[in-house]
Amino acid sequence: MRNSRKAFVVVVLVIGLLAMVVGCAAPSTPTPTPTATASSPTPTPTTPPPGGDIIIGCVAPLTGDSATFGKSTQNGVQQALDETNAKGGLLGGRQLILKTADDKSDPTEGAAGITRLIEQDKIVAEIGTVQSKVSLAIAPILQAKKIPMVSPTSTNEKVTLVGDFIFRACFIDNFQGTVGAAFAYTNLKVTKAAALFDVGNDYTKGLAESFRDAFTLLGGTIVGFEAHPTGATDFNAQLTKLIAAGPELLYLSDYYNDVGLICKQARALGYKGYFLGGDGWDSPDLVKIGGADVEGGFFTNHFSKDDTRPEVQTFVKAYTAKYGEAPDALAALAYDAANLMLDAITRAGSTDGTAIRDALKTSNFKAVSGTIKFDANRNPIKAAVIIEIKGGQQAYKATVAP
Amino acid sequence: MELTTFFQQLINGLQLGAIYALIALGYTMVYGIIRLINFAHADFLMVGAFAVYFFASFILTLTNAIPPIILFILGLIVALVAGALIAELSNRLAYKPLRYKPRLSALITAVGVSMFLEYFFASLPFIGPSFRAFPDLLKPVSFVVGGVYLNNIQLLDIGLAIVLMILLTFIVNRTMMGKAMRAVSQDKDAAKLMGINVERTITFVFLIGGALAGAAGILMAMTYPRIYPNMGILPGLKAFVAAVLGGIGNIPGAMLGGFLLGIAEIYATSYNSLLGEGIAFAILIIVLLVRPQGLLGEKQSEKV
Repeated sequence: MRNSRKAFVVVVLVIGLLAMVVGCAAPSTPTPTPTATASSPTPTPTTPPPGGDIIIGCVAPLTGDSATFGKSTQNGVQQALDETNAKGGLLGGRQLILKTADDKSDPTEGAAGITRLIEQDKIVAEIGTVQSKVSLAIAPILQAKKIPMVSPTSTNEKVTLVGDFIFRACFIDNFQGTVGAAFAYTNLKVTKAAALFDVGNDYTKGLAESFRDAFTLLGGTIVGFEAHPTGATDFNAQLTKLIAAGPELLYLSDYYNDVGLICKQARALGYKGYFLGGDGWDSPDLVKIGGADVEGGFFTNHFSKDDTRPEVQTFVKAYTAKYGEAPDALAALAYDAANLMLDAITRAGSTDGTAIRDALKTSNFKAVSGTIKFDANRNPIKAAVIIEIKGGQQAYKATVAP
Repeated sequence: MELTTFFQQLINGLQLGAIYALIALGYTMVYGIIRLINFAHADFLMVGAFAVYFFASFILTLTNAIPPIILFILGLIVALVAGALIAELSNRLAYKPLRYKPRLSALITAVGVSMFLEYFFASLPFIGPSFRAFPDLLKPVSFVVGGVYLNNIQLLDIGLAIVLMILLTFIVNRTMMGKAMRAVSQDKDAAKLMGINVERTITFVFLIGGALAGAAGILMAMTYPRIYPNMGILPGLKAFVAAVLGGIGNIPGAMLGGFLLGIAEIYATSYNSLLGEGIAFAILIIVLLVRPQGLLGEKQSEKV
């Protein structure tokens, strides 16, 4: 009896060990394939050189809980390719073909999708994907294959650090804090500010810290810097403390549902100053929860459809005509990412991955979300827009360069 | 800390404490009568809040002319009824079959009912797991007293917590039904022999407990106007601590525990933003070590 139990334990342990070995080995199996093909001179030779179509890949969450993000992204990319095709294509009349793969917001699905696009569809460039965690899974595969990638909306700093073939069209999280500080100090002429953020969320924490650093650097004073735990509903203790320090502006980097409650509680405690936040505010529910108390609040965002620049208005008009709804920030950034890539292919004069990468590095492109150049880590240097909550609606306020 | 800040934080603490006290009252009463820690209590609160949400949204689409005070009173009635119904439904379906089984079975079932309600509501297409903005039933009005900001909803929270505590104490101690409840809490079989309808009495306990949860739900939703299926979990746990702090089974104790916990949490948070969350559970451990029967609880078995 005892022996058989011991034997059973041993068997279970052996199975467990085997599972671990197999589990560890599994992810490394795809790696030999990329290196093997990478040494043979890129996938380009397989497409017939002149006259053949240029295949562009797009991995995006087309189903699942972020399906609207994926749909907007796909629409934005398609819009950019269609416009270029209508103008006669690229590299002497070659047409652009979009091949998509659904990542279902899952890194494993994303990796499988990009491998299929590379192996079967022979893509020369990748636009995508939306979420940083999935981008982090597909970027190493593209890097190994020397195929350039521009993510429209993955804001996590680590994504482009995967390698020199990985770019993005959006600014990184901390950049919003910097732009927010510039707007507060220069446009609103505020000298005393305070911040409240969610300590359990890297996004809100990063924004608040970069706001604090940039605002201090500009010459302002941070009179209070308070955290709250994730899932809190009562912010009165922190707000009472912050308000007692007399800030003229409260920087709230939380998502809209927390911001709504915070603004309500701050006003109930007699706070009279400004509210400012990041793109986590971008939801119609902000006004539903915060009501009149979020009125006059400002937040930084990638794009506003009310921006008056001609690039924006042309894009908004064409997109609305095609899809029957105004583009959101995701569609705009996907459109920009695709156009950045097409611009680089044109300047490279070929579909060779390394040549496109070198052309991307020297981009200076007038995009919908601002003129884009890349820094040493392949993050765009560009302006952000400031949106004001006015009459319960989002209104374009200003464009602020860092 | 400046004096106005000190008093402002005291008001903040009383408001938070009132919410905890309202939830703790229901916990403690159900425990006092049938010795069941009803973990689903905090989810009855959520059901109450959602019932009012749908009711008020419906009314507001029909007419905007309804006076806020009428809307609030109607909403409160809806919350009380919804809370009472869901509590009695749980009692019938989940707890009644286990009445004469070991107490642990009912406790584990309570955890199951709690999770079922949370995930069932999150899975319903017209509710879903995400946040909903709760409509303003009463227009929030702030006023200043000596530099300290107060508002009507805060006062309503505190006032209603006190009124319901007095009402509950009266029902338990001064009515025939209360007498039956106390008898059942002491010995179910003996109470039956004395001609008390035990099941009817327990139903009554659940109806009142659920109605209290509904009241806590509408007030919590008005104070923090953002509702979602998991909204009861954390306040529910803290209210449970409040009930233990005051002496579980003791009605004025739940009230006292709630207010003390709310005030302690606010002052701890104002000292260090992240200390507040932990303070409730630190208090729970200390109370269990030093005075397991709670502040107002008597040694051995205090019967409500």
